[in-house]
Amino acid sequence: MNEPAIQAEQLAREFKKGPRAVDAIDLAVAPGEIYGFLGPNGAGKSTTVHMLTTLLPPTSGTARVGGFDVVHEGPQVRTRIGAALQEAALDPLLTGREHLRLQASLQALPKAERVRRSNELLTRVGLTEAADRKVRGYSGGMKRRLDLALALVHSPRILFLDEPTTGLDVQSRTALWEEVSRLAKDDGVTVFLTTQYLEEADVLADRVGIIDHGRIVAEGTPAGLKAEVGRPTIEATPADAGDTDRMVGVLGRFGEIVPCADGGVAARLEGGESDLADVVRALDAEHVRIDHLQLHQPSLDDVFLAKTGRSLEGAGDEEEAAEPASRLAMDTA
Amino acid sequence: MTGFADQVVQLSRRSVVRTLRQPANVVSALLFPMFLLAVNSGGLKAETHLPGFPTNSFVAFALAVPFIQGALFATMNAGTDLARDIQTGFLNRLSLTPMRGIAVLAGQLGGVMALGLLQAVVYLSVGLIIGVRLASGPAGVVVLFAFMVLVTLAFGAFGAFAALRTGSGEAVQSLFPVFFVFLFISSMNIPRNLIDATWFRDLATANPVSYLLEAVRSLIILGWDGQALALGFGISVVLVIVALTLASWALRVRMARS
Repeated sequence: MNEPAIQAEQLAREFKKGPRAVDAIDLAVAPGEIYGFLGPNGAGKSTTVHMLTTLLPPTSGTARVGGFDVVHEGPQVRTRIGAALQEAALDPLLTGREHLRLQASLQALPKAERVRRSNELLTRVGLTEAADRKVRGYSGGMKRRLDLALALVHSPRILFLDEPTTGLDVQSRTALWEEVSRLAKDDGVTVFLTTQYLEEADVLADRVGIIDHGRIVAEGTPAGLKAEVGRPTIEATPADAGDTDRMVGVLGRFGEIVPCADGGVAARLEGGESDLADVVRALDAEHVRIDHLQLHQPSLDDVFLAKTGRSLEGAGDEEEAAEPASRLAMDTA
Repeated sequence: MTGFADQVVQLSRRSVVRTLRQPANVVSALLFPMFLLAVNSGGLKAETHLPGFPTNSFVAFALAVPFIQGALFATMNAGTDLARDIQTGFLNRLSLTPMRGIAVLAGQLGGVMALGLLQAVVYLSVGLIIGVRLASGPAGVVVLFAFMVLVTLAFGAFGAFAALRTGSGEAVQSLFPVFFVFLFISSMNIPRNLIDATWFRDLATANPVSYLLEAVRSLIILGWDGQALALGFGISVVLVIVALTLASWALRVRMARS
């Protein structure tokens, strides 16, 4: 078996006077894989990326990226990785083309190659027309695309993307997803992608690790994780609110009743989605008229809920202050 | 060109381009010292009648001030730009390249020195236009420019140190008035031997900025004064060594990559 592109054992990071941001995590990401690192704000995603990209020394544990130790072989690691960190770190006074030329020279590309590679990447991320405009005039999506292009200048085999689509509109997000998928499928690039968006992890990732309070609470393929939490849920709302109790009785025959918002009734179907027709027939037989009916397949949010007892959406809002990314470098001092 | 030299050139170019694209910074660095020169020359020209005043042109005497004041602006520019790089995460981007950390500092300061030289050319040109003649001649111009590059490097490195330690542009800008105090308690407006108040004369004598001013002034009004130049260059070199040592240490701490 090939050596993992990214491997971590008991990797941990503790901040002075702060929480244990990353708490002894194990990771193994195969070459060419897209690994989604999913978790709420403050869960430890960015701290993990900073350690794996050599920007932040771990407190304990080990990690190897591209076959090199992140602590003792930092320069070798850096030549093999590209990274677009959480903040699109661009100079507002430089143009897109100037950014790429600077990055190419710092990555020690031969002079003749710098112009060719810059033009190629500008075309690939759709910024050719905006290439000579200052970055301060770019939209959020354009900045993210330029950020991705900069991470790719030296054709890295491993790419770290820290919440690459946060704040982007749907169109920009979809375009970025397509490019990331293409990189993995066509170029064989290993992608380590952190996100707080369930859909992003579901659509993009070959495997997902769910992190909460610095610990990985679940790991597997999106389909496998969802299968673990089990069966689909049926949600129904009676047309007449007075029928709610009878609806609970009917649905209760098909599985455990689970909480449901807005006056509806929900049950986890023991027989899976094949129970759907029987549920409708049973409600009809009891003369319960239905206003709204929906079959809800398990999502990664259900996985998160099952593992942590909380919903992923909004879970990290109260914890965000615990791990401001801009403090990372200061905290190492 | 070696990899390191290429990196320094590219980062210096970025530093210059970035400064030139902020016209407010360039204009204030060029105009404010000239404005102060005009005000002081108008208000203090009677000083030339003091016995022992080294020249009968107060403009020639005061022209040294814009050079040092311009170098102070370099402190702010170097520090503020570097602090912004830290705040935006651009320094992290640079840290993720194989570039040697010291190239960031060298590049930033290379750009600041280039702009310091440009400022010196402008100040000297204005001086020549309003009738000041360098007593040290064309060779003095070369020495003056070399000296200004050295002084700008020293002040710029102090600005970079402040930025790297604090990561805050505001903190760097708060240094500016502190440096200005050094300028005002120096021999900027009157030769030290003509300062009447003993306490002020002592402060000006202890203040290294006085010797930087006197080195520039000697080239303009005296010609070749070996002692003034030796003190000016000597103090500049010490300041450069101290500031670069502090800035390099702060850079190592800031770029705590493995």
